[in-house]
Amino acid sequence: MTDASLVDRSAPRQDARGAMFGTLYSATLVQEAPEGFVAQAPYRLALVRLEEGSMITAQLTDVDGEIEIGDKVEMVTRKLTTDGERGMIVYGYKFRPVIK
Amino acid sequence: MDVAIVGCGMTAVGEHWSRGIGDLAEEAGRSALEDAGLRQVDALFVGNAYGATFNQQTQLGSLVAHHLGLAGIEAYTCEAGDASGGAALRTGCLAVASGAVNTALVIGVEKTTDTVGPARVRSRGVSLDADFESVNGATLTAMAGMLMRRYMYDYDVTLDQFEGFSVNAHRNGAVNPRAMYRNQLRAGAFVRAPMIAEPVSLFDSAPDADGAAALVLAVADLAADLVPQPVAVCGSAVVTDSLALQDRQNPLQLGAVKLSTERALHQAGLTLSDIDLLELHDAYTILTTLTLESMGLGQPGGGWKWAADAGARIALDGDLPISTFGGLKSRGNPSGATGVYQAAEAALQLRGQAGQNQAQGVKRALTQSIGGLGATVVTHILSAIPE
Repeated sequence: MTDASLVDRSAPRQDARGAMFGTLYSATLVQEAPEGFVAQAPYRLALVRLEEGSMITAQLTDVDGEIEIGDKVEMVTRKLTTDGERGMIVYGYKFRPVIK
Repeated sequence: MDVAIVGCGMTAVGEHWSRGIGDLAEEAGRSALEDAGLRQVDALFVGNAYGATFNQQTQLGSLVAHHLGLAGIEAYTCEAGDASGGAALRTGCLAVASGAVNTALVIGVEKTTDTVGPARVRSRGVSLDADFESVNGATLTAMAGMLMRRYMYDYDVTLDQFEGFSVNAHRNGAVNPRAMYRNQLRAGAFVRAPMIAEPVSLFDSAPDADGAAALVLAVADLAADLVPQPVAVCGSAVVTDSLALQDRQNPLQLGAVKLSTERALHQAGLTLSDIDLLELHDAYTILTTLTLESMGLGQPGGGWKWAADAGARIALDGDLPISTFGGLKSRGNPSGATGVYQAAEAALQLRGQAGQNQAQGVKRALTQSIGGLGATVVTHILSAIPE
């Protein structure tokens, strides 16, 4: 038994990027924000069709100018809001236009 | 279904800052009981969506029963977001149809306007999917905005083509003394209105409101002896879809609207062509559009055509009157009460007692109460003649 056989090299590396990229199904600009999101308003909210097929609801971030239905976007980690009196930061996902 | 509506009552819809939730429910309840000529009922079902968040108040069954002097009877809340009123009516119908009770009072009540601004938006957001929608700052209006934008993109429809739905609602609401906004909507104002979540504007979206509506239900055999014009409930169906919009295969198809409509019609032994009047959940013009399509009253991408010519076809004297007392848009949307308003308004139409809002020749009406954007859909078919 050679050292190399200890590692299975036949399986390709799992590509998780399918869950990170998608196209814009639709988007809107939220003018009337709920508590916790007022400081960000107006902000863009989107439905993103992920490459692996499912849909996800998220804010758009880092958008310069316009963004259109069908545009490619990618997932990034961002602060969503702060929670409660102690102001615990809630992190989550947002999407931004794919950087070329 | 051997159930009849024998009494209706409604408060004015608006901002009732000086009145409590029990007080509003009491007014509507007393009015419905008086209409039915009854002082006592066997059970009370309360439709309410946001008592816990807006009013810090639950157990409305007990609260309202006590207000009405009915303490001791079976009473509890039915909650299904903005379809809570429809769900309470459904529960009342089941109770009566089962034989468990002979009479039931159904009261929808909501008091939303004591809370304003971002606090109200957040409180209303509890009917969305907390983990996947509201956590990201989503609101129902924003989700509706996204549906509308996609619809306009897919079918090449422009904003002005939705205008007739709002114009029709306000035309009817203007002559309804209980309506919240009794102004007519001038042609062209719709597309110039301030945006809430583009393309959904102030003149597209129904206003939050306070109000209460009530119905007295009775077993059909009893109904004819109680009142001269009982209204038969001949179809009743509740269907759910995914709470989050993102989980639907095609968000522009409201599957629960389709199924709920089909089931209620099937129970009634009717088809859509037998229906003379619709009270739809017109919280947004896109919701009306998609509802009409999903019911089968338009091809995908064609539902907006009912709004053409300032809504002439859906006017009181049109082919198929919709939102005959102003709908959610003009009468106002007191969330959990809305579904009961719809049924009470349809009952008045069938009794020929709709005053200036009367549509002609109405024999059968369909009312539909929707939670979220089609997550819970409650449909009822009401008929002037017991069938």
